[in-house]
Amino acid sequence: MVDEILTIVLDGAIYASWLFIVALGLTFVFGVLKILNIAHGGIYALGAYSTATLVPIFYSLGMPEQLVILAMLVSALAVAIVITPIMERGILRRFYGQDEVLIVLVTYAIYLVLEDVQKLIWGMNSLYVSEPRELLGALEFGSLYYVGYDLALIGLAIFCGLFLWFVLNKTQSGKIVLAVIHNPEISGCMGVNINKVYLAAFFIGAFLAALAGSFTAPLISVQVGISVAVVIESFAVVIIGGLGSIPGAVIGALIIGMARAACVHKLPEAEIFIMYFCMAGMLIFKPKGLFQGAQARKI
Amino acid sequence: MNFFRQCLILISSILISLLTFVGISNADGHKGFKLGVVTFLSGPAAEPFGVPAWNGGKLFIKLLNEGKVPAPYNKKGFGGMKITAIPIDESGGATKQVQEFRNLVQRDKVDAVLGYVSSGDCMAIPSVADELKALTVLYDCGTPRVFEDASYKYVFRTAAHAAMDNIAIAKYLIEKGHDISSIAGINQNYAWGKDSWKDFSVSVKKLSPSSEIKNELFPKIFSGQYGTEISALMNSKAKVVHSSLWGGDLQSFILQAKPRGLFKRTQVVFSAGDHVMPGLGNKYPEGVILGARGQYGMMAPDTALNKWFYKSYMDEYGVFPAQPPYRMVQGLMGLKMAIEKAMEKNGGKKPNKDEIAAAFKGLEFDSPGGLVQMKLGDGHQAIQPHAIGTTAKDKDGNITVTDIVRYKASCVNPPNGIKAVDWINAGFPGADC
Repeated sequence: MVDEILTIVLDGAIYASWLFIVALGLTFVFGVLKILNIAHGGIYALGAYSTATLVPIFYSLGMPEQLVILAMLVSALAVAIVITPIMERGILRRFYGQDEVLIVLVTYAIYLVLEDVQKLIWGMNSLYVSEPRELLGALEFGSLYYVGYDLALIGLAIFCGLFLWFVLNKTQSGKIVLAVIHNPEISGCMGVNINKVYLAAFFIGAFLAALAGSFTAPLISVQVGISVAVVIESFAVVIIGGLGSIPGAVIGALIIGMARAACVHKLPEAEIFIMYFCMAGMLIFKPKGLFQGAQARKI
Repeated sequence: MNFFRQCLILISSILISLLTFVGISNADGHKGFKLGVVTFLSGPAAEPFGVPAWNGGKLFIKLLNEGKVPAPYNKKGFGGMKITAIPIDESGGATKQVQEFRNLVQRDKVDAVLGYVSSGDCMAIPSVADELKALTVLYDCGTPRVFEDASYKYVFRTAAHAAMDNIAIAKYLIEKGHDISSIAGINQNYAWGKDSWKDFSVSVKKLSPSSEIKNELFPKIFSGQYGTEISALMNSKAKVVHSSLWGGDLQSFILQAKPRGLFKRTQVVFSAGDHVMPGLGNKYPEGVILGARGQYGMMAPDTALNKWFYKSYMDEYGVFPAQPPYRMVQGLMGLKMAIEKAMEKNGGKKPNKDEIAAAFKGLEFDSPGGLVQMKLGDGHQAIQPHAIGTTAKDKDGNITVTDIVRYKASCVNPPNGIKAVDWINAGFPGADC
């Protein structure tokens, strides 16, 4: 019994960590730019593809195996550096202040374009880059073996969440971002360069999406279509937690991760349904999510 | 007078153009054979199924048109008619595919349609095909229900349905002395996964009534993350884990389960396990029992026709062909044989769809995967020999398939008129093994 509970908690935590890293960028971009970015899934896929491309090159250069994590970070960074000016400066900036539905459609269009970009660059074949997953070996928990890399994802998720919280709450730049989140117009009047803040926020969101893809690549077969499930599940997380809320993303990811793990182990028939059940329940009883505070009405 | 002359010239020009157009159309119609080919060219099913299948089909059509295919397929094209293929992407769901099918038949005026990997599409298309009287060859999809629940005049399936995968695996496990006292399954949550698990678990229970079902998992299709499911399967301590996962889902499952020791702790069987071998290479685990709904790829028979196809595909694409290209080529071979049989009867003219359909019914033809017999569904549904094997490493350390057992088509397929699930439940009466 204890073994089973430990397994459910561990499986749930690993899944929640992965979900949290994906959802963190999505919720942060919404918090700052008020954009529901469906293309987030496309950036995630680009992160996975770039890692699946860069890591074999890294190995072929005979670099020390332990530094492969660095190569994965670089590939995520490269995606964010390339995609941010194209998406934020080139496209999204033209739609700020427009109807939210229109912006969702624009990001959906970008998502479709990114899917085709993946086909153009990498073709239809699957890419495999499972080597980094072997780096940390396997650990025994109860009667089961867990891969060290999967457990390290929990650490990565905690680091990403704490780092973003620290930057936002304890640094001057973070406080400027918070001011822009609260009221962009007054922040602008006070001399804040809103465009710069938007660009930086989008960059962070894109980097987190690419980072999630990059660290997921060793677990999966990287191929066209991997982003579909990611978009749906990360939306579920932010709906439960509240759009734009980092603590909300933590709780949302944990709820879905734990509920899913419990279902797979104890009630497999409900596994496919549980995420939507949590989401529907939240929409009925707290439509703005767990951590969406009261908002001042502007006159 | 001048006006009258101008009108005359204009009318003559229109008439000449129309006559030329009709002439060209007729000439083209008699000389060529227009074939709509529908398979996944985008989305998650493209890389493992649609693209390799179309690669095989494209190559085979090219070689047929050049007359470079060995006997009995050495006549150019289809009965001397050059084949022009119109490839269509199968992604988008059944509603879209019905529209695409109508476009192919009514707008593009194809002579036949060959296609469909998805069982959902295979359930949606046949009634429309009969309504439009359009000759249709289903080349891949696995659901037994197409001809078990209905009958069609112009629709044929040139591949065996999926029941034989799971019946043969159950037989193989017993013949090879594996412990099947407890079983568990991980299959996708839709018709394919559910039917596969039902066929397998019922077959096992019939062959070994004391066998116990420990766990039945049905994750959603294309979920990609299986960490929790792997824990649940390992916790269940089942002696055999069955899966009909395919494509990216199967690849991801293998990559995630291998380092956690699932393949060492339990006997894993993949009912559709061969098609990811070219991509995964040596990442594919040893000791896995696998099938491929036929004798394909590494389990293909040692015949001249297979050697020719295997080598042609390897030379063209640099990887060995797994089940998808074999199955599309099988469909093309069946269609070619039916057309040429119809032409023998009508004096060598281009046959119409009724003549081809009549020739197709009950047809038998050789394929790289062995003899295909259109024996079920009143001559519209194929049966074929099957092979099951176990993965192992060869002396060079490369993954290969050994310990292959071949099953006669009549051993692992129900007789005509009996539903697969009823046949399994009845204990395989009349199975000719």
